[in-house]
Order: sequence, then C-alpha cells, then structure tokens
Amino acid sequence: MIIQTKSDIFPSEITPKSVFDNRREFIQKAGFGLIAGAAGLLSNPLKAATVSSGTTEGAGRLIGRANTQAIIKPQSFGAHQKISGYSKTTYGAGEKLTAYEDITTYNNYYEFGTDKDEPAKNSRLFKPYPWTVSIEGEVKKNKTISIEDIYKLAPLEERIYRMRCVEGWSMVIPWIGLPLAQLIKWAEPNSNAKYVEFVSLADKQQMPGQNLQVLDWPYTEGLRMDEAMNPLTIMAVGLYGEQLPNQNGAPMRLVTPWKYGFKGAKAIVKIRFVEKMPVSSWMKAGPNEYGFYANVNPNVEHPRWTQSSEKRIGGGLFAGRIKTQMFNGYTEQVGQMYAGMDLRKNF
Amino acid sequence: MLAFLKNSPSKKQITWIKVIVFLVCLIPLLRLVWLGFADNLTANPIEFIERSTGFWALFILLATISLTPIRLLTGRVWQIQLRRMLGLFMFFYVCLHIITYVWLDFAFDWLDITKDIAKHPRILVGFAAFLLTVPLALTSSNSMMKRLRERWKQLHQMVYIVAILAIVHFWWLVKKDIREPLLYACILMVLFGIRIYYKYMKNHKSINSTQINNL
Repeated sequence: MIIQTKSDIFPSEITPKSVFDNRREFIQKAGFGLIAGAAGLLSNPLKAATVSSGTTEGAGRLIGRANTQAIIKPQSFGAHQKISGYSKTTYGAGEKLTAYEDITTYNNYYEFGTDKDEPAKNSRLFKPYPWTVSIEGEVKKNKTISIEDIYKLAPLEERIYRMRCVEGWSMVIPWIGLPLAQLIKWAEPNSNAKYVEFVSLADKQQMPGQNLQVLDWPYTEGLRMDEAMNPLTIMAVGLYGEQLPNQNGAPMRLVTPWKYGFKGAKAIVKIRFVEKMPVSSWMKAGPNEYGFYANVNPNVEHPRWTQSSEKRIGGGLFAGRIKTQMFNGYTEQVGQMYAGMDLRKNF
Repeated sequence: MLAFLKNSPSKKQITWIKVIVFLVCLIPLLRLVWLGFADNLTANPIEFIERSTGFWALFILLATISLTPIRLLTGRVWQIQLRRMLGLFMFFYVCLHIITYVWLDFAFDWLDITKDIAKHPRILVGFAAFLLTVPLALTSSNSMMKRLRERWKQLHQMVYIVAILAIVHFWWLVKKDIREPLLYACILMVLFGIRIYYKYMKNHKSINSTQINNL
C-alpha cells in the first residue's frame, strides 16, 4: 500500500514556480493563441479531410488519419482553442451527443467546489498552460513531459464515449485524446510496474475547493497496468473539437468509459508506476462505497444510488431512465480483463 | 415598525400577514415553473427539482418548528397562528418532492421504486419521514384538534422526528461535503434545545415553589 504524505507533492515540484508565475509569458502565449486561433478558424484543411463515415462501434476503427506532422500547425493553448489535426473514429457511432453546454456546466470536480455548477464558475482563473507532467516510480528513468509534447506523442483521435457517473446519471462525450498506452510506451515502465497512479494538481491558490478537506488532496486515482494499456483508455486533452475546458480537467485528464466517472482524474501532474495497488482519494474517503476497480456494474448496488438504471443528461423532464449496461456497454473491449474475478468483492 | 414588533398585531394585521406568508411560500414553486419555462433547470432538471422541493420542505419545516421557541424566548404568541399554514406548506413541498421522485425520476416504475427504497437507507429514511407527515397533515384541522385533544399535541410532536429523519436523508445524500446538512442539524438542535431548556426551567421552578410552600 502506498501511503502518501502531504510532502509528496509540491506544486512547485511539478511546474517550476518561476514558469507558473511568469505572467508575461502567459499573456504572450494567450496572444499567440488568439492569432493562431483566428487563423485556424479561417482555414482548417485537416478537419475537412477527416469527415466521419462510421457506422458501427465495434473495435473503434480509425477513419481518416492525419498524422503527417508537417502540415499540422503548432497548437496554441487557451480557452476555446480549436484542436487542429485530430482524426475521427467509429467509437460511439449512432450515440446522441450530450450538449456542450451540459458537459461544461454540470461537473463533479471537487477541487473547484462540491456543487455541480461550481467548477465552471470557480475554474475561470485556473491556468492549464504551461503544464508539465512528471513520470515517476518503476520506470527506466524519471522524466517530465510538457503538454505540448503530449499533443505530439501520438496522433490525436476523437472518441465518443458514454460516461456513467456513480450518482446515477450519464452523458455521451466527444473526447479528443491519445491512447494512454502511447504515453506509457514513451514513459518506459520497468517490469515491476503493475499499477499506474495518477495524481492531480494540488494548489489551493488556483483550486479554491481544496481549502475544504472533503477529500485527501491531491486527488489520486489508479489503474491496473492492463487497464491502463487497454485501447479504450485515453488521456483526453479536448472535447467537442476544442481544448479541454478547465472545468472538465484541463489540460489533460484520464478517461476510462467502462468505469464510473470518478476514475477520470483531472489536471494530471504526475503519473507514477507502482508495484502495489494504489489507494485512490475516493477509496480513502469511503472504503465501503468506492473500490479500486469502480467498473460500471448494474448488478452491484451502491449504498446511496441505484446502479441498475441511469438518467441520461439532456433527456428532459419526461425521458425516464435507461438500463445501465455491464461495463457501461464496453464488455466486448474490456470484459476479458476481469475473467474469473469476483466483481462483487472487487467493486 | 418597532411598535408593530412589540405589540401583538390586530386581527386585520394577522390576516394580512397570513396572506403575505402564503404568497411567499409559493415563491419556490413559481421559481421552478419560471425556470422550467426558461429551460434553465440545469443539465439535470429532475435532480434540480428534487433538490429544490426537498430543500424548501425542510426549510419550511424548520420555520414551523421555530414558532414555539420564539414564543418561549419572547413571550409573544401571535406567530403561532401561522403554524398550520406553514406545516401544510411543508407537506405541500414534500408532496411535490415525492411526485418528482415517483413520476419524473422513476416514471412510476414501482418495482424499481420499491428496490430503491429497500436497498438505500437514504431513501428509506426519507420515505419514513414522508409517511409520518401524512397523519400530521390529516389531523391539522380544528375539528381534528378538538377531537384528539391532548393526544393531538403528542401526535404533532412527531414533527421533531420528521425533522431528524429529513436531515439524515439529506446528510446521506451528500458524498463528502456535509456543511449544509450540518447547518440544519445545528438549527434543529438549537430549536429543540430551547424547548428542553424551558421545560426543565419550568419544572425546576415549580419544584422550587413547592419546596417553598412546604416550608
């Protein structure tokens, strides 16, 4: 078991304070972003070239590829920046997307407050760029990577995934990201690495919700190595064609669509490869309510919320509930990882 | 203005106060209707209505319970005349809360509703609180008051149990941020504490006086 002491993570350790506080650079970048963004609006040849024609979800075929680095303009970062050069996939074909408005105003992100509408309001001054992620633990060698380099690590893909919250509601979100497996390949974990731990930013200045000790900050989540390497698992950097809004976990968050939403750690600053199963923030907060796996499972009840059915956000007042599917409907892709496991015990 | 607070209002004034309180108690409902037509009930409108009606039911319940402590503290009694209306408004918002749950949330799927009540202590406690408000509402008329006499008082003290259950129901809803239910629990404890204190003082005084008499 990994016992994390408070001294483990200093914000200064993650992003040098000098860089963080360098307003001039930030303003410069924002200015550059505006110009580049305007240019992007005028001509976006890549997006036009990758129009979706998918029909079946299946294994999530890639349709239209745009990995010729030469023609991708340098990404600029900031609120509402369009992401240039991502390819569409067949994931989520036929699903009705949840409205952008709903996805960005109804968030569980306790770093910015415990009410659903608070993250959108309280994250306005959050600065997701520049950003550095450190790679630690059972790896060939500790290293860091900037968010710019993560964008270039692998071709970005749009993945339309269902998201099921443990509270009994769900959305369909067009994420943009890269397979976590690509990032792990770059991180070069050694053979002792059995689990991956994700650590979110701890910074009371930028995240006012952290002044309240509702969870053991920083927010921590984890995956088993095979779960992390599963093709379904992505590091999302955007949604609806734009860079992630702050309230959705900018600049980078985990997305595991067959697990309850709280597994998706946001604003990740540290990825640590470990031998023993990490203890997540929610496991510490309620060990009998939140397990390590947190797989969507209509057959395992939660003490507070019905898990056999869910409300799809955007359905209006009279839509009723829909049946929750095993592994949120992704059994084909992830079921084999849990063969022989008692999912009642390993909830 | 101060004179109005000092003296008991006249019969006519009481009527006006009642009309105003009645209209004020309708505001939470009108707000929901307004937000509904403006398509402004957040991304999860059903949850919003459940939360809102639940909150106002609890708020009005605490307001109802506060009337007697106000009498004990200030010696004024006229506000007791608002008790029935406030109590019935509490029941009104409880009913809206239940209707939202049964209709909008669960679309009258009685099997799912039964399972939800049986499997989740939070829902069970809320359901129990609702069941206890029904006899209170049914016996709120003057004729029932006369018929039940002393037992009416005992029956209506059950409102404290309803309040405790309602706050527990709220407490178990929040995942980790317990500030709001904690606040209501504190308010209830203060209100209940005032009643206990006065009851104790009264007994104390009467014991003292009997002792003096015996001397």
